[in-house]
Amino acid sequence: MRQSTVEKGAAMLTRFANPARFMRLSGATLPWLGGAAAGVLALGLVWSLAIAPPDYQQGETVRIMFIHVPAAWMALSVYLFVAVASAVALVSRHPLAEIAAQAAAPVGAAFTLVCLATGSLWGRPMWGAWWVWDARLTSVLVLLFLYVGYIALVNAFDDRSRGARAGSLLALVGIVNLPIIKFSVDWWNTLHQPASVVRLSGPSIALSLLMPLLVMAVGFGLLFGWLLLLRMRTLLNERKAEALRLHGQPAPPRHRPTGERGDAAMPAARPVLR
Amino acid sequence: MDQVAGWLMMGGYGGFVWPAYGLAAAVLGGLAFQSWRRHRRSGAALARLQTPADMPRQ
Amino acid sequence: MAGWLGLFRRDIRLSLRQGGEVGLVVGFFVLVVLLFPFGVGPEPELLGRIGAGIVWVAALLAAVLSLDRLFASDHADGGLDLIALSAMPLELAVFAKVAAHWVTTGLPVTLISPLLAAFVGLDPAAIPVLMLGLLLGTPALSLLGAIAAALTLGARRPGVLVSLLALPLYLPPLIFGAGAVEAMLAAEGARAHLMLLGAVTLAALPLAPLATAAALRQALD
Repeated sequence: MRQSTVEKGAAMLTRFANPARFMRLSGATLPWLGGAAAGVLALGLVWSLAIAPPDYQQGETVRIMFIHVPAAWMALSVYLFVAVASAVALVSRHPLAEIAAQAAAPVGAAFTLVCLATGSLWGRPMWGAWWVWDARLTSVLVLLFLYVGYIALVNAFDDRSRGARAGSLLALVGIVNLPIIKFSVDWWNTLHQPASVVRLSGPSIALSLLMPLLVMAVGFGLLFGWLLLLRMRTLLNERKAEALRLHGQPAPPRHRPTGERGDAAMPAARPVLR
Repeated sequence: MDQVAGWLMMGGYGGFVWPAYGLAAAVLGGLAFQSWRRHRRSGAALARLQTPADMPRQ
Repeated sequence: MAGWLGLFRRDIRLSLRQGGEVGLVVGFFVLVVLLFPFGVGPEPELLGRIGAGIVWVAALLAAVLSLDRLFASDHADGGLDLIALSAMPLELAVFAKVAAHWVTTGLPVTLISPLLAAFVGLDPAAIPVLMLGLLLGTPALSLLGAIAAALTLGARRPGVLVSLLALPLYLPPLIFGAGAVEAMLAAEGARAHLMLLGAVTLAALPLAPLATAAALRQALD
């Protein structure tokens, strides 16, 4: 029993050999990525709030679009990222893929939330209501539920690897279902078409409005990259610390970090017995 | 001064434009801050664990 | 095949015996529908217009409510391990259990729906469409719900989690099922809706047991 525990611990630590390289590389990229994100976002903010002209139809409210639309793009692409990372995690069992999916999901949920909140604030003056069951907005709402379900499922198990695998499967089920849900919501929306709905972004958009939109989109993308690396590093740190605590030389109790996450104080018995 | 006030008014839509930007900043900024703090704490906790037991700690 | 039928029959027998679970599901379904007039008022025009939606939402909730017994009790007493170890492919076993789940939830709900349609004042001419829709759509509820039930096996607070995972997946059947009745009442013809509903169930038929079996394997791992 003791022997197998030590072996298991050693195996677990070698599994981080490759992640160790990730830690080195990500540590070097992180400041650059963060700086680039901050710079582009600052440029995008000035451009969207001060430089861009008001739209001839929507007036100043068009400025909400500069965060709403990129947030919608991010909401969808991050979900795609979570699904692809989950697929890689299930097929190759690469430890980084699983961690990437888990690190990305809360970021995607945050973008989805921003998209919904700004959509609501944009809808009030445009549609005269805080919420309109517009097909696109409704699909984004469903996307938020998918994110919340994924995050809840990943964290719902005492055994973390079980949560990770269940989450990966759910992300795949979600990505298969997403086009079907989107189609059905569009179908439902045409059946219940409201009298006059101003579409948020028409097919033809003036260049003076497109430029700040694209700058903000690039800024959001960089922000996602920075947050992804940061959160992946955090998860790797926490797992390695847990592996050390369970299998390596245990530090004196007073040096164990407390609080923050419940599983930091997870009892050793269960994972060792497995 | 009037220019700034006019800019803040956003043509009468300031009550929608500014909360939209504020909310986005709060959500994304909050997530960034939380991620950064947890990253720092996890690194510090790991460093403590990796310090050999016989070495003096600060 | 004999093993498949045996499992199918056993699950039906169990849910008929265990404190009348079929009765509970149907009772819940009826109760949810009957709550709506108290919430929105008894005006027949309003109820008749939203009646199909009420019945469908209640069917969704009844399906979600009954999902936890799909695998949980077998998981608790080790029966699921035996099923996984048996010669029958796990996908087939899942299919047997899901079929039994539908026979004890979706089917009774479909059969009792005309009665509830009368309660919510639905146009009697629309009842065949409502029933056909439920017949086509409720298998999808059992199939998709099985994925959620398998994924949450052994989780903390599985009941809440199962609803959170299953309900977004239930949107397409809800939209096409309730939409079929609405289209029929609007004299637009329910054919397209019913075909789409059938397509959802047909697509779920092979895919959902696959995903469910994968989820069960990692739960038993």
